[in-house]
Amino acid sequence: MHENPPGWNGRDADPFTPELTERLAAIRARQPDAEPELVAEVVRAVLTTMSGDLTAKEMSLLSEVEELGRTIAIAKQEIAALKVDDITDAHIPFATDELDAIVQHTASATHNILTSCETLDEVAGSLSGETAAKLQDATTRIYEACSFQDITGQRITKVVGTLKTIEAKVAQIVNAFGEHSGAQSAVVAAPASEADLLNGPQLPHHAMDQSDIDKLLASFE
Amino acid sequence: MSIDKSMNVLIVDDYKTMLRIIRNLLKQIEFHNVEEASDGAEALSKLRSGSFGLVISDWNMAPMTGLQLLQEVRADAKLKGMPFIMITAESKTENVVAAKQAGVSNYIVKPFNAETLRDKIEKVLGHA
Repeated sequence: MHENPPGWNGRDADPFTPELTERLAAIRARQPDAEPELVAEVVRAVLTTMSGDLTAKEMSLLSEVEELGRTIAIAKQEIAALKVDDITDAHIPFATDELDAIVQHTASATHNILTSCETLDEVAGSLSGETAAKLQDATTRIYEACSFQDITGQRITKVVGTLKTIEAKVAQIVNAFGEHSGAQSAVVAAPASEADLLNGPQLPHHAMDQSDIDKLLASFE
Repeated sequence: MSIDKSMNVLIVDDYKTMLRIIRNLLKQIEFHNVEEASDGAEALSKLRSGSFGLVISDWNMAPMTGLQLLQEVRADAKLKGMPFIMITAESKTENVVAAKQAGVSNYIVKPFNAETLRDKIEKVLGHA
């Protein structure tokens, strides 16, 4: 037996025709968790089968249901217009490939810089006095600067992770509202406790610098 | 206090470039006996089979992270007193607190400079 719709005042007998009642029962049996497509189907069925005099409250309810049906239809059209397949099949893979290429190119460039720097270090070792000190100081600065490659690599890895999350969310939305109804994305597992700590480099305005970390460590003493 | 710079130093990072940078910076401050490992598991194996006076490790590595390596070192009867410096891009308060609670000797945030590295090594080995 079906439940009365919201706003139903029980004034008359059952407002659903036997045909509709049977149809609703079949839908409920087939899919206990109603998909938007099924909701829209029910809305259409209600609108086309209700008959007889309606009260103002029932008219308001019908109007709301009709609006709900239109909203669902518009949402479906908008999702279809997004060409989601382009996003998941082309745009995001292209972006991640480009980012991977950046990492490879910077790693290659850094390798070449370090090789040259090591040569300069050897030259510095063969010299003495102020010239040797200046040369070694310069190579030290180059080594320090080259650590950018590690930081940029980690930042790009974070961006790739974000893109993949967006890709999964888009697929989830399409599964829920788009043409490929039915499939549900896997629930993302909660990260392990140490994984919560691994956030990679922070943006400058969020990061603690070395002096902040020294103060924090000193607070343990 | 003079520091024995002939000791073996183990540097641990999954970025080969970073290993190379740290090795060169250590060389410039006269630490010439440097070995490398690309993750915590390889480092632990080397620590158990070798003789080291200092570990300088990244945090974010797989399959064993720097924090897990630190915990293993502190739980090992033979290694528990090993000076251990973490060099990582993880700079949140909770990271530093977790590392300290696990027994880290000092903590350097990337990007770092040679002076900071030298300063932390001297502090750690000065107290060892």
